[in-house]
Amino acid sequence: MEETLKIIVLVKHVPDAQFDRHLTGEANTVDRSESILSELDEYALEAALQLTEARGGEAAGNKVIALSMGPAGAVNAVKKSLQIGATEGVHLSDEALAGSDAAATSLALAAAIRHLGADVPADLILTGMSSTDGETSLVPAQLAERLGLPQVTFAASLELDAGKLTARRDGDTHADTIEAALPAVVSVTDQINDPRYPNFKGIMAAKKKTITTLSLADIGVDAAQVGKSGSWTAVETAEARPPRTAGTIITDEGDAGIQLVEFLAAQKLL
Amino acid sequence: MAKVLVFIDNPGAALKKSSLELLTIARSLGETVAAVNGELHDDVASTLAAYGTQALYRPSAADLDDYLVGPKAAFLAAAADAAGADVVLAENSAEGKEIAARLGIRLGAGVITDVVAVDPDGTAHKSVLAGSYTTTAKATTPVSVLTVKPNSVTPEPAVTGTAPESIPVQVPDVTAAAARVTARTEKPASGRPDLSEARVVVAGGRGVDGNFGPLEELADALGAAIGASRAATDAGWIGHDAQIGQTGKTVAPQLYISAGISGAIQQKAGMQTAKVIVAVNKDAESPVFEIADFGIVGDLFQVLPQATAEIKKRRG
Ligand SMILES: Cc1cc2nc3c(=O)[nH]c(=O)nc-3n(C[C@H](O)[C@H](O)[C@H](O)COP(=O)(O)OP(=O)(O)OC[C@H]3O[C@@H](n4cnc5c(N)ncnc54)[C@H](O)[C@@H]3O)c2cc1C
Ligand SMILES: Nc1ncnc2c1ncn2[C@@H]1O[C@H](COP(=O)(O)O)[C@@H](O)[C@H]1O
Repeated sequence: MEETLKIIVLVKHVPDAQFDRHLTGEANTVDRSESILSELDEYALEAALQLTEARGGEAAGNKVIALSMGPAGAVNAVKKSLQIGATEGVHLSDEALAGSDAAATSLALAAAIRHLGADVPADLILTGMSSTDGETSLVPAQLAERLGLPQVTFAASLELDAGKLTARRDGDTHADTIEAALPAVVSVTDQINDPRYPNFKGIMAAKKKTITTLSLADIGVDAAQVGKSGSWTAVETAEARPPRTAGTIITDEGDAGIQLVEFLAAQKLL
Repeated sequence: MAKVLVFIDNPGAALKKSSLELLTIARSLGETVAAVNGELHDDVASTLAAYGTQALYRPSAADLDDYLVGPKAAFLAAAADAAGADVVLAENSAEGKEIAARLGIRLGAGVITDVVAVDPDGTAHKSVLAGSYTTTAKATTPVSVLTVKPNSVTPEPAVTGTAPESIPVQVPDVTAAAARVTARTEKPASGRPDLSEARVVVAGGRGVDGNFGPLEELADALGAAIGASRAATDAGWIGHDAQIGQTGKTVAPQLYISAGISGAIQQKAGMQTAKVIVAVNKDAESPVFEIADFGIVGDLFQVLPQATAEIKKRRG
């Protein structure tokens, strides 16, 4: 028998990039009205499902816990994760969390992960390569530092065996094979797998799954440690960049290459 | 005066342009010191002196490269403490950002990534939401950690050079909780400019249909780097490190030539802050034409070779 796994997958509820996205309010935070499960976190969820399914899935005692921190709407990212196949969901929500930067977010998520591991610690914490709104990729590394765990980021492949993980990471000048002891924090890229869609069976099954809501008090975090007061950075000004407008469009009639060079010469780009 | 610590990881035989940029920014903020991991060649040491570096912090351990960032962050934190640094500057690469992330927690310092300019008071400028906003941000902590994108300033040596003393730093042992690099395969160098730093980028998508030849010839005529859409890298026509976009690289060159790319939102996220965008696409309805300064509805296999020939002809 293979060992059973307890995996926590971090899923963020983010504004849908298909629509215009805005910064609002005094703290210049992201407007979350048209939000979805961050598509990059679907790769982390898929990786977790593949690892647990290879060990007999839920029936064999494996667990995939989807954890999202965010305002009320973020529960939708948890629900979607349950429909895709996570075994249980956790929504960390508290008014005091609003406006948290990466440092404050990682503090709250680290406390939530410790709370969820109080009885049985998780073997693996899986995250997306970056949130599609914050785009910093800071949270996974900061979580690892806070939890004192090994960090494997931008994994393009991931295998587990005998309490140890092996991953491949593609750099600009080299590709690396990485090994780390479990538990570990791993962020995965969009190269690692093809995420599945929720099917009808999954959507029905999700209705019976548990979603636990946690407040800051539940995880032992003081309101002053998070949100705007607990953040270590502040956005001071934000200015919408004027949208790009289309320039000259021509249809090739046999000399477009020459016209292209003329355009470049006129722009002093040659 | 603020003390600014610049992290330089494995400089090799000569300092990279991006490192020179960090040193130049550091001098505009205060007194520059550097933390250098890896071998220190004479050439590198003399360039550091020419750029006004007052002190060089060197790790006691030689095996930092064997681990994924934990020990490097621990070294940098110890160096920042020893130097009494107010600001730490690092490269904006994936690894640079991760080191900054962990360093921030160790120092209790705010971290700002993707910085394109820093004011003398430490205010950082960056763009967010795939280039749709430009923002200024500041660390609210005594120490700040900034990762700065390449091409943010023109490198300039100091008016008067220095003779930095070398200061050894004891690296705390965090290897037990670090991921280990067990194998490394070097990728062959292309001979073209580095994609993130290139002034000109020629990028191809599914429309190149496996043949990047016409793009490479145009790139060589323009001294450009080659980029690609995810469709092209997923097809295996070119390495993943050439991918531009949300899950690839973000580039902001003077000129971006897009060929056979439709211009999906994830592709645009990586290139829409380019100064000038040229698009070549067979389909007049392609969204890429909405952001192109000069668009050609046409076949890239006709247009690109003709342009390359014309450039060569004009140069004689
Ligand atoms: C999570 C996620 C992350 C992603 N990240 C990225 C990313 O980082 N970067 C990225 O690029 N994409 C990314 N994508 C994919 C993106 O959504 C698009 O699918 C992709 O950019 C399409 O690539 P393309 O434009 O090359 O291909 P297509 O959309 O198929 O377009 C090919 C174009 O070539 C044109 N064409 C064909 N033949 C010729 C010819 N002979 N001459 C001229 N034109 C021709 C066609 O008219 C067409 O417009 C991501 C997707 C997801 C879901
Ligand atoms: N509020 C959040 N709730 C859950 N997961 C998060 C949250 N913020 C960040 N993450 C995770 O951290 C990853 C990297 O995010 P970031 O550091 O913001 O780019 C995301 O892909 C998520 O997996």
